[in-house]
Amino acid sequence: MIDQFLIPLIKILIVLNATLVGVSYMTLLERKVIAWVQSRLGPMRVGPQGVLQPIADAVKLMLKEDITPTKADRWVFTAAPVISMVPALIVYAVIPFGPTVHLFGRDVSLYITDVNVGLLYIVSVASVGVYGIILAGYASNSKFPLLASLRASAQLISYEIAVTMTLVSVILVAGSLSMVSIVNAQYNSRVWFGFVQPVAFVIFFIGSLAETNRAPFDLPEAEQELTGGFHTEYSGMRFALFFLAEYANMIVVSSVATTLFFGGWLRPFPNVSALHFLGVVPSWMWFLIKSFVFLYIFIWVRATLPRYRYDQLMRLGWKVLIPLAIANLVVTGIVKVMLF
Amino acid sequence: MADAPEHAPKAAAPTGPVEPAPPADAAIPAFITALQNGVSGSVAQLSLYLGDWTVVVPVSHLLQASQFLHDNAGCAFDYLSDLTAVDWPPRAEGRFDVIYMLYSTRHRHRVRVKVKVAENTPVPSVTSIWPAANWLEREVYDMFGVNFSGHPDRRRILMPEDWQGYPQRKDYPLEGPGELLMENPIDWLKLRQAREEADIE
Amino acid sequence: MFDTSELVINMGPQHPSTHGVLRVILRLDGEKVVDAEVVIGYLHRGIEKLSENRNWTQIVLLTDRMDYVAAATSNVGYCETVEKLLNVEVPRRAQYVRTILMELQRIASHCLWVGTHAMDIGAMTVFLYAFRERELILDLFEEFCGARLTYNSMRIGGLPQDIPPGWDKKVLAFCDIMDGKIDEYETLLTHNRIWLERTKGIGVISGPEAIGLGLCGPALRGSGVARDVRKDEPYSAYAEMDFDVPVGVQGDTYDRYLVRMEEFRQSLRIIRQATQGIPEGPIVGKVPRLIKPAAGETYHAIESPKGELGYFIVSDGKSTNPYRFRVRPPSFCNLQGLPRLVRGHLVADVVALIGSIDIVLGEVDR
Repeated sequence: MIDQFLIPLIKILIVLNATLVGVSYMTLLERKVIAWVQSRLGPMRVGPQGVLQPIADAVKLMLKEDITPTKADRWVFTAAPVISMVPALIVYAVIPFGPTVHLFGRDVSLYITDVNVGLLYIVSVASVGVYGIILAGYASNSKFPLLASLRASAQLISYEIAVTMTLVSVILVAGSLSMVSIVNAQYNSRVWFGFVQPVAFVIFFIGSLAETNRAPFDLPEAEQELTGGFHTEYSGMRFALFFLAEYANMIVVSSVATTLFFGGWLRPFPNVSALHFLGVVPSWMWFLIKSFVFLYIFIWVRATLPRYRYDQLMRLGWKVLIPLAIANLVVTGIVKVMLF
Repeated sequence: MADAPEHAPKAAAPTGPVEPAPPADAAIPAFITALQNGVSGSVAQLSLYLGDWTVVVPVSHLLQASQFLHDNAGCAFDYLSDLTAVDWPPRAEGRFDVIYMLYSTRHRHRVRVKVKVAENTPVPSVTSIWPAANWLEREVYDMFGVNFSGHPDRRRILMPEDWQGYPQRKDYPLEGPGELLMENPIDWLKLRQAREEADIE
Repeated sequence: MFDTSELVINMGPQHPSTHGVLRVILRLDGEKVVDAEVVIGYLHRGIEKLSENRNWTQIVLLTDRMDYVAAATSNVGYCETVEKLLNVEVPRRAQYVRTILMELQRIASHCLWVGTHAMDIGAMTVFLYAFRERELILDLFEEFCGARLTYNSMRIGGLPQDIPPGWDKKVLAFCDIMDGKIDEYETLLTHNRIWLERTKGIGVISGPEAIGLGLCGPALRGSGVARDVRKDEPYSAYAEMDFDVPVGVQGDTYDRYLVRMEEFRQSLRIIRQATQGIPEGPIVGKVPRLIKPAAGETYHAIESPKGELGYFIVSDGKSTNPYRFRVRPPSFCNLQGLPRLVRGHLVADVVALIGSIDIVLGEVDR
């Protein structure tokens, strides 16, 4: 009874809360990191070193006037940001933060569940997030957000193909779709899959920049774009929800990258017993550190690179990344069959 | 401290620009002699002041002279630096001086071409020779009301489209229409002139 | 069967990327720009008419407000035109200090240009870095004349005050810092693949066409025309300075970018030469107390960071105000070329092109 309901419930609550807090503090992290790159300080007023800034932002957004355009479809208008946010949160059901550990006299697995088609689940649920963008543009009942949302969704769908191809290469190497098995496969083969599949990793990283609408692929939401993006008509908490959804997607993608390519919860060199002292850092902490490194790189890229024009972005996705991903898949298949 | 602001002294308004003729021993540049020979009657007056040569061209010869200055290899004035106008209201032969500042990127020499026109005389547009003249002529039209015939897009450029009056003229008040604009947007200038005359009487 | 029509979009006077109040009306076919119409005049303050009611010394501070990014250059252009009318000789020390100030101003203006241009294309960090260097220059100006943006730093005949002691050492120290910073901007942009894709081949204009359109400054030099007023008609102390004028090849946005980046370095070269060789002497020439040039008119052009800045001034010899004060604004003439440059490109390129031409609305509208 406890094992069936209480423990998963506790896990869900922990993960959900941690994610939501993490997502709101991502805003602060981004502002701070970009500020430091640009030789300035970022938010400093609210709390020591600006640490309470996300709370101030949340309070402000909740107190803002709730504006809905008159001709907009009210139901869909409110639902769209939710549809954007929820898939990003649901994906956490299969992400493994650590192995099974012994806690309070029980064997507790540091993941909510281990579905044997975990990767498939992730990809399918994440795709649902695109609906949020399309519905936002449609519900705004204004031509510019509609066009912008169609462009943004076209961008997301195109890059999803490349990203999914790379995931298939990883599945080939790992031999399983389950996230926990993939991490275990990295333990058994004594090498992180990021080194076995470097091309897949690079394509995955670039593709996930485009998937989350991050620079250099953020033209659909840049201010210089005349049409103002799919979120033009949104204000207040709904607007915030879109951007929190973007950060939630970023965290999801970082977690997936960590799990698939960089050993998940494993410490560096897990098979080398001489480095056992590294085990003092708990496994979920390694997972969080690695995810954090990816998030930092996302922010770093945003601060540095100019942005692609829309047609160049689509050309990159279709003419460069997809062929490369398919080629990588074919080569992986051939090598696997011939050598292993 | 500041001068008496808007109202310049009414007496002794200058009647025209000072255009000193070149001294007898000054060497007339080759491009001017080429113009004099190339388009007869184009050089109505020649002037040299502070090292700048100015050629006064009659309006009827403007297009031909400009084309010559642009095309002739010795002149090669391919760059229209500036196109502007000066308002000399009391002048008999035409109140406006329309001035073209030409430069040659090949020979690196300059010349000023001047045309004297009355208020309603149309001036042929040189946009076909130098496309740069497009906005410059629009500005002269906007500020002075000089009519450029053949201009592809003759509209006001700096002032709003429906503005009345030509701000840079000498008889246009510095402070603009003021509250007169609110009373009568279309005829504020006439209203003002009528009021001034009534004041004088 | 399907009737497609063109979409008309207004890039309104309020827009984060038009660098001022500029309105561009775009006619689009899908995403391609079929035609663009530029509407200006939102910042028209009537400086030319105002100047007819100010005396010759007062106009110097009106010239600040035109190209407010490069105010010292506008000041010098005006003062030199009046000095030409008055036939007054400016002492060599003043010439050298003017040259230093103008070249510092060129670097400051290009810093602002590179920052805003890069930011429009998405590389937002360059903006902060460029403004950090611009702050150093503004500090130098503040030490010299007390102001950071609108300097009023020139007088007819010279300068209002001499340079403070130690100022030239600070200028040289700044030059040393700036060298490394230019390399920083180049590292971030010049060979960046995304930057190349966004700027190469965008807004190509050939040399003869640019000359016909009246473009000037780096916009003209990017198309391969070696026209620089500092070299063609030297003024101030430029005849004694040793520097090169960078010229582009293809006339696209990337070439205009390269031209301006190289102008940074050449300006540093000029500043170093001028600072190390400032002659002793008076800082202002012999100018009558009440400035009243003899009746006549003249045109004088200098090379501002944006292009050929010309002043056409008519004096009637009797009043203490000019009879006609005309500024030939480089940004006005360059902006005229925007519809031609933008035709055939995509909407996202319009912003890149406005940045590439480098306009200041204060100068366009006066």
